[in-house]
Amino acid sequence: MDLSQYLEIFIDETKEHLQNLNDQVLILEAEPENIDTVNEIFRAAHSLKGMAGTMGFKRMQRLTHDMENVFSEVRNGKLNVNADMVDIVFKCLDAIEGYLSNIVESSDEGTEDNEELIGLLNAALEGKCDTGEPDEVPVAPKADVAPVGSDDRKKYLQIPIADFEKNAMNEAKANGMNVYATTVYIQETCLLKAARAFLVFKGLEGKGEIIKSVPSVQDIEDERFDFDFSMFILSEKPIEEIKKIIENVSEIEEAVIEHFEIPDEVQETAPVTSNESKAEEKVVVEKKEEKKASTTSSKSSKPVVNRSVRVDIEKLDDLMNLVSELIIAKNGLVSVTGDARVQVQTFNEQIEYLERVTTNLHESVMKVRMVPIESVVNRFPRMIRDLSKKLNKDMELIMTGEDTELDRTVIDEIGDPLMHMLRNAADHGLESTIDRLKIGKPKVGTIRLDAYQDGNNVTIEVSDDGAGVDVEKIKRKAIEKGTITEEQAEYMTEKEAVDLLFAPAFSTAEKISDVSGRGVGLDVVKNKIEGLGGDVEVVTKLGEGTKFIVRLPLTLAIIQALMVNISDEMYALPLNSVVTIEEIVPEDIKYVQTKEVINLRGTVIPLVRLNEVLDIESMERDDNDDEGLIVVIVKKGDRQAGLVIDKLLGQQEIVIKPLGKYIRVPKMISGATILGNGEVALIIDSNTLV
Amino acid sequence: MDNNAVNNDTKQYIMVKFDNEQYGIDIAYIDNIVRLQPITRVPHTQEYFLGIINLRGEIIPVMSLRRKFELDDKENTNASRILIIKYEGNAKIGMLVDEVKEVVTLSEDDIEKIASDSPDSNRGYLAGVGKYNDTLITLLNIGVIINDIDNDF
Repeated sequence: MDLSQYLEIFIDETKEHLQNLNDQVLILEAEPENIDTVNEIFRAAHSLKGMAGTMGFKRMQRLTHDMENVFSEVRNGKLNVNADMVDIVFKCLDAIEGYLSNIVESSDEGTEDNEELIGLLNAALEGKCDTGEPDEVPVAPKADVAPVGSDDRKKYLQIPIADFEKNAMNEAKANGMNVYATTVYIQETCLLKAARAFLVFKGLEGKGEIIKSVPSVQDIEDERFDFDFSMFILSEKPIEEIKKIIENVSEIEEAVIEHFEIPDEVQETAPVTSNESKAEEKVVVEKKEEKKASTTSSKSSKPVVNRSVRVDIEKLDDLMNLVSELIIAKNGLVSVTGDARVQVQTFNEQIEYLERVTTNLHESVMKVRMVPIESVVNRFPRMIRDLSKKLNKDMELIMTGEDTELDRTVIDEIGDPLMHMLRNAADHGLESTIDRLKIGKPKVGTIRLDAYQDGNNVTIEVSDDGAGVDVEKIKRKAIEKGTITEEQAEYMTEKEAVDLLFAPAFSTAEKISDVSGRGVGLDVVKNKIEGLGGDVEVVTKLGEGTKFIVRLPLTLAIIQALMVNISDEMYALPLNSVVTIEEIVPEDIKYVQTKEVINLRGTVIPLVRLNEVLDIESMERDDNDDEGLIVVIVKKGDRQAGLVIDKLLGQQEIVIKPLGKYIRVPKMISGATILGNGEVALIIDSNTLV
Repeated sequence: MDNNAVNNDTKQYIMVKFDNEQYGIDIAYIDNIVRLQPITRVPHTQEYFLGIINLRGEIIPVMSLRRKFELDDKENTNASRILIIKYEGNAKIGMLVDEVKEVVTLSEDDIEKIASDSPDSNRGYLAGVGKYNDTLITLLNIGVIINDIDNDF
């Protein structure tokens, strides 16, 4: 069978499962007792196994199968989670990711068998005797020989009973019925497990009532179970008869059955905890537990770049509706123009209608392009965990605002820069654990990643509570490297000095580690973010920590802009950075260090003559020199600048278009837009001028 | 009708004119020929880029072949055209030319190749010289012209 058409789906889903596994194992590391997490991991591993098997990736299937075994034992309470096990599981996840990237590249899983990992997994399975439950015999779920009647075969004993089920059992007992618990084993050679199981159910139908089965009936019908399943049966018939009915079905190996003792105490059952744990899942990302243990392989996960967007069906419906309205509007226009006496009134109405539809259409399409940053940041907790082990520093990552949405194109690009900044924070930002204790800081360093929407921008802050940036050290280093002269260093403001961090090939790390510190970090980060139309700045306080603030445009495609004339050329200024528009007289212009500034209500704002910056031949304005200048005040963070323009044209919604790859575009031009009359205007990126 | 099937050594060229010289551009790379339209200047860009135009919703940079060949600028006339070039699936690029004359069909025999490393080949811009009737047409190596972008800095 040709499976290539499913390959894409397989890759997507495997990525999702892997991410889920990574998240869940992290949670498990923090809360080894969390049974919901174990279940979730088991389910994910199981799905991975099934998918890999279907696609014929045998090695991947084998590894996931062994992983599933381990968690099956954990789930059954026969194996305790410990740090070593978590490490092994993480290694397995890395290995699976390795398979996956092979598959992405060559549609083949490669030839790495990962015997070592499988060995480790099996050792973990065997090792369960040492984990505090000596009375259990090591049995993998597939082990086929076990003493009949031993507790191992009575899998139903491990099934939690919900209150309502218990009530039903008690009631049945009061009515003189028997409550049986049974675990049915199907021969491993059986090909149609689901069919056999179905026959079992069918056979029991008239004899009693099955009140619960594990896995659920649905799962059994879909063949989502190994070679056994357990049930609770209410029946008036004697136990032998039930047993016989089950075992009469061919290919059934054995039915372990007995009268079920209804537990008195209310057990911790799934329904009780599930709500809590759901809430937890959201919060737990914030948690980061650190243990000393053998080193993990810290192969960092590659950025997952797939160009597809998963779209909510509702959003698509909206789009579809709007498109049909668009067609109606078009037909309306056609009918108007078809009329010999064009009625201006109807025509205007149709135009208004059309406008409304296009605005909504635009909004909907934009929404489709928006993706929560979660898809990028959800791999960071794992990364920080690995870094923590590798660097031997205690640290935790707190993330907020993962649901903040950004344009797809931005999402694709922002992963690497963020990862870089987090690594920096972990490596250079945070002090070593010993140093932290010495200066009385909490032992565990905190790295935060906060995302939030701020007007037309999305801000992502990466901060740490580490040592902060030593400005003097940076200056010395910069002088050493010849980036600046001593004289420059003397006059440098703190901010300017900190900005040196973004200079190419600048790294203050004394020793180069393979985590960061090769000096190819922050300048790349800055370039990338600026390439996305955003900007990045650093706020730091010596001894208290460092914060990188990344501002990104919400969407790259359409913005509100202020249209202006400079000389006779038209330019667009993104409205989100415009603070006010002022008219000033030439006498108001003062000079600070030969630079023009204005004093606007107590704030000194540098002036930028756009005609000079943009290389525009100045209009002859000698005659009207005493007239006021129009100055657009723009902001970037807490800094401002005044852009001198010649004429205001008004506000307009513009579509940003790239300029093409051949032409060299100066930094202050962020793109071009097509105006209503078909002409092209350039868009000024005011951030580069502040 | 030329029977191209038999003689597949022929190529068609768009013949454009600068002053008195005639140049040929392989028709395979021409996406479109449009009349002159307002060109938006882009500051601080390469000297030979005139700016950008809007071609049915797409922004396309336009270079001046005159400037690329280090000829003096000339007033645009009614005959001026912008050739829209699409070179091997890359992004489109516009080229301003003084005049588009006609489409000529040249066979391999009519073309005299110029070695690309010869000193007068002007950075390999020229692919050869074609003989058409009694005139000579300088054939341009469009790929080299387009991709020779960053040498100017």
